[in-house]
Amino acid sequence: MATAVNRPAPSLVGTNTKTRPRRHKSISYEKWGYFFIAPFFIVYAVASLYPLLTTFTYGFFERYQVLGQDMHNEFIGFENFRQLFSTPDVAKFAGNTFLIWVVGFIPQIFLSLLLASWFTDLRLKLKGTGFFKVVIYLPNVIMAAAMSFLFWALFGDTGPINQMIAERTGSIFQFMVSIPATRLIISGINFLMWFGNTSIMLMAAINGIDTSLYEAASIDGANSRQTFWKITMPLIRPILLYVIVTSLIGGLQMFDIPNIMTRGAGGTDRTSMTLVMYLNNFLSGTRDYGMAGALSIILFIVGGILSLIVFYGMRDKDAAAEAKKKRALRRNRGVI
Amino acid sequence: MNGTAVYDIAGRQSHVALTIRRIISYIVLIILACICLFPFIYLAVYTTRSHSAIQQSFSLIPSNYFLKNFISVITDPTRNILRGMLNSLIVAVFATFLSVYFAGFTAYGIHVYDFRGKKTAYTFILLIMMVPTQVSALGFVDMIYNWGLMSTFWPLIIPAIAAPAIMFFMKQYMEASLPLEIVEAARIDGCNEFMIFNRIITPILKPAFAVQAIFAFVANWNNYFLPQLILDKPETQTLPVLIQQLRAADYSQFDMGKLYMFIALSILPVVIVYLILSKFIIRGVTLGAVKG
Repeated sequence: MATAVNRPAPSLVGTNTKTRPRRHKSISYEKWGYFFIAPFFIVYAVASLYPLLTTFTYGFFERYQVLGQDMHNEFIGFENFRQLFSTPDVAKFAGNTFLIWVVGFIPQIFLSLLLASWFTDLRLKLKGTGFFKVVIYLPNVIMAAAMSFLFWALFGDTGPINQMIAERTGSIFQFMVSIPATRLIISGINFLMWFGNTSIMLMAAINGIDTSLYEAASIDGANSRQTFWKITMPLIRPILLYVIVTSLIGGLQMFDIPNIMTRGAGGTDRTSMTLVMYLNNFLSGTRDYGMAGALSIILFIVGGILSLIVFYGMRDKDAAAEAKKKRALRRNRGVI
Repeated sequence: MNGTAVYDIAGRQSHVALTIRRIISYIVLIILACICLFPFIYLAVYTTRSHSAIQQSFSLIPSNYFLKNFISVITDPTRNILRGMLNSLIVAVFATFLSVYFAGFTAYGIHVYDFRGKKTAYTFILLIMMVPTQVSALGFVDMIYNWGLMSTFWPLIIPAIAAPAIMFFMKQYMEASLPLEIVEAARIDGCNEFMIFNRIITPILKPAFAVQAIFAFVANWNNYFLPQLILDKPETQTLPVLIQQLRAADYSQFDMGKLYMFIALSILPVVIVYLILSKFIIRGVTLGAVKG
């Protein structure tokens, strides 16, 4: 991935500069690399890395604010973590987050696979795919805050859905009070916003498959179900993994939709409260920096594990096999 | 043609089966298209209805309150949508420009020069690509608070300089379409390295800049988590923060037609950009994400 490009060996150019070059051409330009990457790394260090480190240290301190005044600021070790896990809250909110994510994601991945296989089916030759792609991707570019506000208006007590229910039954159904309804609406918005994106990703993956494989399968008499399971699925597995894990990382960060939908309160009995909403409540409400820090560390670890799965899962199969071979070789050498 | 035999001897699907499959596909696609478009049609129609009509019954027939709702939204002093749009626009435009320009800048440094630590720097950027912004939010907000930058746009604009995902995309684009001979030629012509990037390389990268700029703009326009932590004062709040406050307030006091208009106006710029550039955007969806 990061292989060096074909160019004169840099070390040679470097030695030339030391021996006072007469020709302008042999000046070393390689140091300019630092100039070009400097802004990125400086800004990253100040705006992300340093805050990350202070966040982590707060996780081990007792510190909160009352009426804008800093109370306490002392090192308490793992006390915040103990306190965080002493109530069932973290487990509950992690469960909420996962449930809401998975209910939106399972139909999404199946539908996306179906759509991707249809759109790329050479025999099916669907017309108007360009139009359908534009339409199914549209919800993805819309502000999640606006989307959830709109669905709240739709399903609210005086909203159109309840007007129709009231006309038929004479009473209303409180979607925002019902636990499964609130969760299902959030999952539904996630589904609506992301299935187009996933479909387009999978389409690109399928389009990347060598068409001669399909031709050969067709000559051998395979039907479309067989070609899908025996050719398409195995070949798009890396991208499928990428889609699943990036969606899971996105799910872990779920915030905008449930926060707007439930006014940051998490719905009935906080059953739609996600982990980041919980973090946000520590940040903006009580300003309990210790608890927020501890929770951030947990989120970082979980997110980090998921990211590593992507990082290693996405590596070239060949490169991974080569690395394995090299490792095996080194081991063998060690034995001998 | 035998309608009952789905497969002929060679195992190929008959025309009938293919036609049935095609019809099913179209039906599913049309249903999905309706589901995707429904929220927008609903929103568009409801911006034209009066509060009392909205409270009475559901309807998808446009009424004639559009102008009235529009005027009452833009003249509302408590939740100033024009100010919100301007704030969103300032943040999104500057953040987009910085993230795209410096992503190219950084990728160029790693692509063109062979300096010590180059591989480590690149691996580092790949590793941090997926660290969620939320995990460092506590330290970030604390720092911004201590620096007295709460309710300013700086904390939302400056960090855009370090955008790992865009940088990764630019690097891939350069590997595919930036021959190093151009750099060599420019050096011979006496350009310095900074000028080479600005005058010669950026025009070549224009297509990549454009794709990433659209996505960055949309992401910034829609960004909600950090702005709601940092923008305390009403006059600096961006649209998603204003929408949060609309939701937090007692909606029974509100004119619903006005509310729908507020939502419609806050998504309108992105919808327009999307409809104009949709083909371009859809092609761009897969570019940065799938590793080549």
